[in-house]
Amino acid sequence: MTRHTLSVLVEDKPGVLARVAGLFSRRGFNIESLAVGRTEYPDISRMTIVVSVDELPLEQVTKQLNKLINVIKIVELEPTASVQRQLVLIKVRADATVRSQVLETVQLFRAKVVDVSPEAVTIEATGTSEKLDALLRMLEPYGLREIVQSGMVAIGRGARSITATAVR
Amino acid sequence: MTSAPSRQAPEPTSPRPGPRPKPAPPTGAPIRVTGAQSLVRSLEAVGCEVVFGIPGGTILPAYDPLLDSTKVRHILVRHEQGAGHAATGYAQATGRVGVCMATSGPGATNLVTPLADANMDSVPVVAITGQQSRPLIGTDAFQEADICGITMPITKHNVLVTDAAEIPRAIAEAFHIAATGRPGPVLVDIPKDVLQEQTSFTWPPDMRLPGYRPTTRPHGKQVREAAKLVVAARKPVLYVGGGVIKADAHAELLRLAEDTGIPVVTTLMARGAFPDSHDQHLGMPGMHGTVAAVAAMQKADLLIALGARFDDRVTGQLSSFAPDAQVIHADIDPAEISKNRRADVPIVGDCKEIITELIDAVRTERETAKAVDLTPWWDTLKSLRETFPLGYDWPEDGTLSPQYVIERIGALSPSDTIYTAGVGQHQMWAAQFVKYEHPRTWINSGGLGTMGFAVPAAMGIKAGEPGRTVWAIDGDGCFQMTNQELATCAIEGLPVKIAVINNGNLGMVRQWQTLFYGERYSNTDLGTHKHRIPDFKLLAEALGCVGLRAESREEVDEVVQKALEINDRPVVVDFVVGKDAQVWPMVAAGTGNSEIMAARGIRPLFDEDL
Repeated sequence: MTRHTLSVLVEDKPGVLARVAGLFSRRGFNIESLAVGRTEYPDISRMTIVVSVDELPLEQVTKQLNKLINVIKIVELEPTASVQRQLVLIKVRADATVRSQVLETVQLFRAKVVDVSPEAVTIEATGTSEKLDALLRMLEPYGLREIVQSGMVAIGRGARSITATAVR
Repeated sequence: MTSAPSRQAPEPTSPRPGPRPKPAPPTGAPIRVTGAQSLVRSLEAVGCEVVFGIPGGTILPAYDPLLDSTKVRHILVRHEQGAGHAATGYAQATGRVGVCMATSGPGATNLVTPLADANMDSVPVVAITGQQSRPLIGTDAFQEADICGITMPITKHNVLVTDAAEIPRAIAEAFHIAATGRPGPVLVDIPKDVLQEQTSFTWPPDMRLPGYRPTTRPHGKQVREAAKLVVAARKPVLYVGGGVIKADAHAELLRLAEDTGIPVVTTLMARGAFPDSHDQHLGMPGMHGTVAAVAAMQKADLLIALGARFDDRVTGQLSSFAPDAQVIHADIDPAEISKNRRADVPIVGDCKEIITELIDAVRTERETAKAVDLTPWWDTLKSLRETFPLGYDWPEDGTLSPQYVIERIGALSPSDTIYTAGVGQHQMWAAQFVKYEHPRTWINSGGLGTMGFAVPAAMGIKAGEPGRTVWAIDGDGCFQMTNQELATCAIEGLPVKIAVINNGNLGMVRQWQTLFYGERYSNTDLGTHKHRIPDFKLLAEALGCVGLRAESREEVDEVVQKALEINDRPVVVDFVVGKDAQVWPMVAAGTGNSEIMAARGIRPLFDEDL
């Protein structure tokens, strides 16, 4: 199984997420990451879906997704030809004895501290899932109190716009 | 005794369906109406002539203006499932969109089976359901069900209308989506307070479907590629599916077949797409297909699939299906291409356009390519067809043969008769032993396999084609699931004819128990023979129909003739037949098509070099 990143342009209407998710759950596929947000067009939302699945069943799901009336366009984004980013907020245990070490790790990863208390700091970091995994591994020894991650968002490299061609 | 014989079929209270309605002219300036009036006006404007449904709490506002409509006839059914299958039968027979209506909650959930059925068989149906008022949605209010959520995976599309101003657009889009591309069911859910709200009505509304652009024109290059394969093939087969009927492409198919001399097989959904009497027709492929049709596909070097979807009931074990064949797969739904079997030449488009272009492309290709002689291929197939024709043995216990009954119904009825069926043995025999010459004369539940389909479907067919004879070939199991709609037929003036092939058992399940479960008959005896419960003749009369019965060979023709002569009310004929008759040929589930058995224990020698 390989990991695939799908960008799905959909009409901004109730129930669209359920329709899209249904086509994955029907086959027992687990969605690893999902992000939904607005686009530069007011009526169109963009979903970024990350799934680990074989090529053939993925093709079937993509074709079925295309059949949904509210789905406008689907593009698979290759990791090498796209920029992929995730955001994570990490609350890590950091009292005065280890705080400086934690802050050093934060700097190494070009992350930032967004909240501090006597026992903990909250760190914001963005990057590929690999980078964020590495950051989490480095922070783990201090004690991860709570983490929250956004879904992956991805955009193709270069000047081409998938939304512009979709709404022509 | 009941008083049935003296009962007159009441005159229908609503206008009879007329000729194909024309789209209403634009109404110009907006008119102030209620949401309910807007809904009825929309239905009129979109050309809907008949609605099958049952009123209830939340859909009640819509039924008030419906009373005044002179264009839309409402047929009050007895169960919402009947409304759904009737809409399906109507749509399949006429090619127009079938419409059903139900209230929220249980009314809507009763439509689930027919919607799933229509979805599997790609039938254009629009279901309109009432919904609880907007402030109550999501509160588990009385008769509330999230019908859009429930039907999401079994409809082509569905929509909850939350603003009365959106009603005309929702209806126009629903009909458009249902009827175009690969047809399918669309559900429109309308809250009660939206129906009651004041709004304005304008027609036509502009449709906004940016994500819906079905491809109908085939790609010229793909058609030329296909033509090359067609011209070069030594053992080609035209594998014809229901899409050919939906695209009204039967005439083009006939031309392509006769131009090329290629043998034709028609799937369960495509019976009637190519005349059974035509010499190039090998019959139905698949689990209960003819030996010649199944063998042709297994031995083929080229399958030309037209509006077919390589269903497991056709392919058998996929890995051993048509091992030597290249595949041209033409379908309007790109998701069907290479879904089960990889296509060498995929063609996305409308079957009528594809076949038309393919005919020309083949003619052009022929001018340069060397002609292939199909005689050896035909010799093989003809010999198989002669050695293993469709047939049946009379039961050894002297009981009536169900196949004979069905064969005689087909032989004695007018040639434009429309047949429908339930699901099971009788369905397979109806597909095998009635000879279909025209498209839209065989209407059944192929994909979902919905028992109980026949009676309500026949009702819908008759509503759409009142001038034609409509026979429902039903089983005693199926008949007991939906026969309440005969009351509707009797009261609404829909004189359908029902042949109950009564073997006293869930016949197809019993056949599998005979073959695969060591003749252990667990829960397949319905008691309709042993106890004569129910007595179908009396039941028919209680429902306002004529009840007839035949139990011996001698009675069959007479009873069928009698049934054909009655046209003022529905007729039910209880054909009491033997319980041990089986459907042959058969490819056992999970085995390869080369394992086909012509009859029990008789396996045509496929290993032989043909």
